[in-house]
Amino acid sequence: MFRYCLKRLLISIPLLLGMALLTFLLMQKTTGSFYDQLKMDPLISPETIDRYIRLYQLDKPLLTQFLLWVRNLFRLEFGYSFYYNVPVVKIIAGRLGNTFILSFASFLLTWLVAIPLGICAALHRNRMIDRVIQMLSYVGLSTPSFLSAMLLLYLASRTGLLPLGGMHSARYEDMTALGRFLDLLRHLAIPAAALSIRSVGALQRIMRGNMLETLRQQYVLTARAKGLPESRVVYVHALRNAINPLITLLGYEFSALLSGAALVEIICNWPGLGTLMLTAVRSKDIYLVMASFMMGGVLFLVGNLFADILLARLDPRIRYEK
Amino acid sequence: MKNKTRHDSPLCLALKGLRQNRLAMIACGVLLMLYLGAIFAGFLSPYSYRDEDRNFSYCPPTPVRIFDGQGRLRWPFVYGREMSFDAQHKRIYEIKEQERYPLRLFVRGEPYRILGLVPCSRHLFGVDSPGRIYLWGSDSRGRDLFSRILYGARISLSIGLLGVMISFSIGLLVGGIAGFYGGRIDNILMRVCEMFMMVPGFYLLLALRSVVPPDFNSVQVYFSIVVILSFIGWAGLARIIRGMCLSLRQREFVLAARAMGLSDLEVIVKHILPHTVSYSIIAIMLSIPGYILAESALSLIGLGIQDPFASWGNLLSEAMGIVQITFAPWILLPGMFILVTVMCFNILGDALRDWLDPTLKMERQS
Repeated sequence: MFRYCLKRLLISIPLLLGMALLTFLLMQKTTGSFYDQLKMDPLISPETIDRYIRLYQLDKPLLTQFLLWVRNLFRLEFGYSFYYNVPVVKIIAGRLGNTFILSFASFLLTWLVAIPLGICAALHRNRMIDRVIQMLSYVGLSTPSFLSAMLLLYLASRTGLLPLGGMHSARYEDMTALGRFLDLLRHLAIPAAALSIRSVGALQRIMRGNMLETLRQQYVLTARAKGLPESRVVYVHALRNAINPLITLLGYEFSALLSGAALVEIICNWPGLGTLMLTAVRSKDIYLVMASFMMGGVLFLVGNLFADILLARLDPRIRYEK
Repeated sequence: MKNKTRHDSPLCLALKGLRQNRLAMIACGVLLMLYLGAIFAGFLSPYSYRDEDRNFSYCPPTPVRIFDGQGRLRWPFVYGREMSFDAQHKRIYEIKEQERYPLRLFVRGEPYRILGLVPCSRHLFGVDSPGRIYLWGSDSRGRDLFSRILYGARISLSIGLLGVMISFSIGLLVGGIAGFYGGRIDNILMRVCEMFMMVPGFYLLLALRSVVPPDFNSVQVYFSIVVILSFIGWAGLARIIRGMCLSLRQREFVLAARAMGLSDLEVIVKHILPHTVSYSIIAIMLSIPGYILAESALSLIGLGIQDPFASWGNLLSEAMGIVQITFAPWILLPGMFILVTVMCFNILGDALRDWLDPTLKMERQS
């Protein structure tokens, strides 16, 4: 298992670098750079701009620039943001935390809602309640997260129950620890729900299918035959086995969430990685783009690897090594 | 007699299956209507997509009435409206009962071309100016949302089809080549695929979009978006096709085709890939929504189709501000169209999968 992980990680390094090279060339080859905008500003002298361009070595040939960037990467230096004028790591670290909070909240919400729904639908198969749940999850599955975010914001603005975007209230600094936490939760509600709606639909359908399949197994019949109460049969014997395959989805789901959160972040004004990426791409803040790009890629990879390992742990039939 | 021994093509089977599934038939009908609406947008819409009237900024939907103020039955008409601002600078539209604009059919309006060929200036309905009819309200510049949604459908609905076509051609070819040759070629191609699959889609979209020069005109932007989307989308398919080809290439008919002296490419395209057709149809149906959503997402954040051209995502970008959503909720309508379209494609894809893929079907029944 250890060798397999090592191999996967080693393979991913050239992949990441290849992706980085592609991004770098694409960003540099196109018209306009960050400093072109500054050149228009009469308040900034051309000498200052020249100094910055030399400082960041933007006057060197492209390949040299890229190699310099890679060399610095191995020294754990990810470059400076042109716009914020601080090391990109400092910016990304904060933003990444926020994206993480949002993803985790939506992840939790999805599972807490989808699993009971799936069980409920499976137990009342083909009855009214099952039909309603299936219909709703079809709609949920087809609702793009940005639309759910907008609709939820509309509802919130109508009822005035929840804050409209952002991460903290204006009086956040004066609050107690508990107050801060509650404030964060209130701000989390809309983006997290918007992100969850789609995955609840998907997860519910999988859970229902699994549950139906387990309920048909012989050991469930045995459990019923020996006179166990129905609740015990369903929630202890069947549920445990039905939920097992879902756990493997965990890792994949989480890594998908990290990249899927970007749009909702932008709409709900959540200060996460997605919002950062958008402004960075727009202003051609190359190193910031590259670093957040790398960060997203690494998280995605680690999530997938984690999922694969979990899969092998839980399912003895799966082997990655010969 | 002839009919009985005939083998139905996968497409035929699919159509037969669809006819038995009521939900899928409804989805089919809705999609057909949407596509027809997009094709005949010029005729169906009372205004062109860029016809603006700043006096009617964020005008709420104007209901078509048949009873006038005295309760008498009339030919359908709309009331005139006048905009003013209240103390909070909020727009208020007042109905002017003395101004009635009867609905006219086949009116002359802005010229357009039917199917891009036949010049015409008749519109299905409209009202005499200075009255304006806003079935679904207007946007910030007083452009008719109904017309813009119809015109937007042209871009939003076609981008899915075009994107899927391109990425599937690449995916099928790469998957076919990798699976057919195996060995080192397979290894390299699959690593390239992984590279594309590994990177979070939305970030890749952003990075690639930053490549497109800002001075592109709208047609160029449209095609560059199609290319970008297909560039991201082909990898997943290529991997699956490759898996199928790996097992197919050992079969006798492939050997026979090679023995007859066909070139490798001919064997791949003519003999191996046709066997992946039923899977491909399902995958196409289920991946079109992805393209529609990706285009909407790009246009939504202002990196896709640019004003004054309309796409559903672009129209929805007006709803990015909370103020607009609160005071003009009708600008969320294009989002509903995205939802309905995506749902229809999902339903169709599911129905097709149930029908074309017997293994899945058996799983469901057992």
